[in-house]
Parts: sequence; structure tokens; C-alpha cells
Amino acid sequence: MSVLSSILVDGFSYGMILFMISVGLSVTMGLMRVINLAHGGFALLGGAAAHWLTTIAGIGYFIAVPLAVLLTVAIAIAMERVLYRKIYYFSELQQVLATIGITFLIIASVNYSFGSTILAIKVPDVFRTSIDLGFRTLPVHRLVVIVAGLLIAAGLYFMLERTRFGIQLRAAVDNRDMAASLGINTVRIYALSFGLGAGLAALGGILGAELLPVEAYYPLRYMVLFLVVVAVGGLGSIAGSFFAAIALGIIDTAARYIVPEYGTIFFFIAMMLVLTLRPRGLLGRE
Amino acid sequence: MTKSISTSRVGNNAAMGLALDVLLISAGIAAYFLFPDNLGFLTRVLIMIIMVLSLDLVLGYAGIATLGHAALFGTGAYAAGLFAVYISGDPLLGLGVGAAAGGVIAFFSGLILMRAHGLTLLMLSIAVAQVLQEIVNKERPVTGGSDGLQGIDMDPVLGIFAFDFFGRTGYWYALIVLFVVFFFLKIVVASPFGLAARGIQESAPRMRAIGTPVYWRLVGIYTLAGAVAGIAGALSAQVTELVSLDALGFTLSAEALIMLILGGLGRLYGAFFGTIIFMTVHHTAASIDPFNWLFVIGALVLLVVYFVPEGLLGLPEKLRKHLRWGG
Repeated sequence: MSVLSSILVDGFSYGMILFMISVGLSVTMGLMRVINLAHGGFALLGGAAAHWLTTIAGIGYFIAVPLAVLLTVAIAIAMERVLYRKIYYFSELQQVLATIGITFLIIASVNYSFGSTILAIKVPDVFRTSIDLGFRTLPVHRLVVIVAGLLIAAGLYFMLERTRFGIQLRAAVDNRDMAASLGINTVRIYALSFGLGAGLAALGGILGAELLPVEAYYPLRYMVLFLVVVAVGGLGSIAGSFFAAIALGIIDTAARYIVPEYGTIFFFIAMMLVLTLRPRGLLGRE
Repeated sequence: MTKSISTSRVGNNAAMGLALDVLLISAGIAAYFLFPDNLGFLTRVLIMIIMVLSLDLVLGYAGIATLGHAALFGTGAYAAGLFAVYISGDPLLGLGVGAAAGGVIAFFSGLILMRAHGLTLLMLSIAVAQVLQEIVNKERPVTGGSDGLQGIDMDPVLGIFAFDFFGRTGYWYALIVLFVVFFFLKIVVASPFGLAARGIQESAPRMRAIGTPVYWRLVGIYTLAGAVAGIAGALSAQVTELVSLDALGFTLSAEALIMLILGGLGRLYGAFFGTIIFMTVHHTAASIDPFNWLFVIGALVLLVVYFVPEGLLGLPEKLRKHLRWGG
């Protein structure tokens, strides 16, 4: 019983991290049809910025995190303007290659600035304490991750369903040319959703540093993980990424608890099963 | 009119191809005498060319976009390595085992992969490599896990040429295997089988309409490419007498892809130029600055994608077109 609840809670919080980082990737891949292998780079940039702000600059966590996220968004929007706008028109393979190149440059930049050690992020002492939930105790840090993930999922859902921007975004995902000819400024939508996705990735990178340690080779090491969530969830589907992230998080955590010697093998087998049966992912559309 | 141009181009290409082949073989022989201190590196280049040739068959000819080619290379490497440790140290037998293992794994994974397209295919191909890597990592008592497979001790090639400390035998051995594979692939891509691959890349529905079993043709090509990549893996296991988990790693798949695009797709020759240039730049940058060489590689990749997307071998054609329009 306690093992089961541990698996569910830990798997769920792991899933929330995967969701935060992957959801932006899902939107860019669904909207711009870009295979963006550099997406994990934004999580790394966020993590590295948070590391610098909290440990070297000595700024408090609650100010440092929004600053690091904003900084990542600024970098991402600049990169969108300079690099990605051309990539949209590339073939699939060229996109893979171009974004691998960008990933290498991000890794090299972080490696140059901070070295290749693990970049610790100083969290407030409250995060280290545990609270009693009745059936088990839970580190506050993990609770923060779960709450943040749920809030973001709810916020994204509200934004997509209820706001003007959300309607325009959905229109652009469905048919970009038609949306543009109806007067929707798709260039602006692209830039904004790209920045939003990068910001969420940065937040996920910072909050998830406990599970996925931040270091220079982060984007290469975990890239596959994020892509799997997107592919399993279905391109461009936020709900799909949410459920895929939770399911994969729980499967992976369960495997680590029950058969630790098999590592991530079940994660990939689950993915292969889903993609073989549903090539477009759980909630992917034609 | 287009027909006459294309037939004259074919004749031209055949003559140029022959000239290139002679040039490549001479370069391979000359490199041995020009860089006697770098034979280890040169041998790695030769092995990588075989790997990229295999990827060209899959991607350049059949148009199958994969990011998991290391699965085939690594399987060949581990199969040949284990064969050498537990059964026999004969190099040529080991090559055969590597080729068979690469082919078998390609056939079975191909049964799943060849049903998918685009991103799904990329993801599934990555997953195959990751699962294999995880299995090898787990079977530590047999494979050495993350320490790598050690204790490979090779017999002399054909019972005559023993592997030496300077890598002389290794170099000639890899060079000869490379050109045997290369000429074999040249025949394959000109055969009806190879032409069917091209046809599928250009239009799968039309190939289906004229009666080609598209799915099985793709599985067949992937299996053949698996055998070739298996040979490359086996060579690397035999020459370095070590197999590490990196042989199944994502980085290897990605680098092979970069090298192929750098050289140019669907030409076989692209594998030579792309691999030689990429690995030389990599090697030089890493020896000048072992910490920041990734800047150079990243910039190189972006330059290629933005400015020479057809690869280096596409450049002469591009120039010719420019001149024709200009004149």
C-alpha cells in the first residue's frame, strides 16, 4: 500500500515535470511543424540562470525563479526571430539537424560559462521540510512541483478555451494558412507561443532539478524523454501531453521501484506500444 | 530534350564516378604513408564511413528518416565483441557475425519501424536504440555494462596479419573492408532493388500501383543497411578491442546523420566527404580545446543546414545551375 502510494505520488510529480518541459515542445511541433530537438536547451538555460542567480548573485529563490524564466523567454524569442523563422520552412531532416546544431551551441555556451559540473539551485529551507498528508509525508518541494504543474495545466486549458489568444492559437494549429488569411497575425502567435513554451520549459527545468539534475549536457541527455512525451501525447495536444506525461512518469517510477535493474526500459516499451497502435499519439489528430 | 540531357549526364556521371573511385582509393593508400602517427584516428574515420554509407542507403535512397542508426552499429559491435571473447578471435568470422546480428536486429525492428512515418518513425528508431542500450547496460556480467566489453583478443587476419600496437594492420583491414562494402553498395543501388528504394522515396503510392510490395521492400533495405552498419560496428570492436555503451548511443546516431547531410544524401560519395570533414574538424577542435570544441561542431552544423542544405556534393550542381542561368 505504501509502495503504491509512493509510486503514484512520485510518478505524478515526475509526470508534472515532464509535462511542464514538454508542453511547449508539443505546441511548437503542432503549430509550427518544427521538430525542435533544442527544446531541452531552454530548460537548461532556465536552470543555469537560476543557478547563477541563487548561488552566485545571491538573490532569493522567489525572485530568482521568475527572473530566470523571463530571461529564458527573452533569449527564446530572440532565437525565434533570428534562427527559427527560417527553420519553419526546412524539411523534416534539416530541422532535426539545425536544432541539433542549436543544442550543441547552447551546451557549449553553458559549459563555457559554468563548466560541466552539476549546477545546484539553492532552494528555500521550507522546501526541504516534509508535511504530513495523512497517508504519508511528502517533501514540500515535491508538493510545489505538483501544485505548479496542475496550475499550469489549468491555466493553459483556460487560455486555450477562453481567451482570444487561445482561439487564434487553435485556429493556427488547425490550418495556418487559413488562419493567416482570416487576418490572424500568425507570426506574432508563433513568437508568443514559442516564448511561452520556452518559459514553461525553463520553469520545469528549475523545479525538476531535483529529479533531472541541471548540467551542461542536460538537453542531449533528456531530449529523448521530452520528445517521447510529445509523440505519445500527440503533436499539438496540450491535454495529450498532460496525460502522456503522467502515465509515463508513473510507469517509469513504478519500474524504478519494482524492477530497478531494468532502468528506463519500460518507459520506452510503453512508448513503442502506444506509437505502434496509435501512430499519431494518444490524442493526436489527423 | 530533358531526356538527351539526362542520358549525357549519366555517361558523364559514370566517368566521373570512376575517377572519384580511383581518387578515393589512392587517398586511402596515401593517408597511410602521410599520417603514420594518426592511424588510430584514420581507422575510426574509415569505420565511420561504412556506418554513414549504411545510413545513406536507408535515408538517401529509401528516404527513411531515422535517428537510431546506432542500434544497428552497436548490435554489430557487441555481437562481434562477444563472439571474439567467448567463441573465436577470427576477424573475418567476427565480421560475418556482426553483419548477421545487425541484419537480424534491423529486420525485426524494421517490421515495426517501416510502418511509421515522420516524427513517429524518428521516435521509434530512437526508442529501439535506447532499449538495446538499456539491455546491454543491465546484462553487466556478460557485456560489461557501463564499463564496456573488455577482453577482446583478435587473431591475425586470415591467420597471417596480426593486429599491431601502431594500428597498421587495423588500418589496411578497415580500408579493404570499406571498399568491398562500397563497391557492393554501388551495385546494390544500381540494381532493381536499389531503384525500387528510390522509387519509394519519390512516390510510395505510385510504386504500390505498379506492383512493388513497398513495406517489404523497405524492410529489406533496412535489413541490408543493418548488416552494413553491423560490419562497421564489428570492425570497431575488433580494431579497438573494446565496445562501450556509446556504440548504441544517441550521439552516434546524430553524428552519423550530420556527416551524411554534410556530404550529401543519396550519392554514396557523400559518406566519404562528410565523414572525413566532420571527423577532422571534430578531432582538430577537440585537440585544440578539449572543453569548448562543441562550439565549432554546432556552428559547422548550422552553417551546413543554412547555407549548403544539399550537402557539399550538391555544391558543383548548384554552381552549374547558377552559371547556366547567369550565362
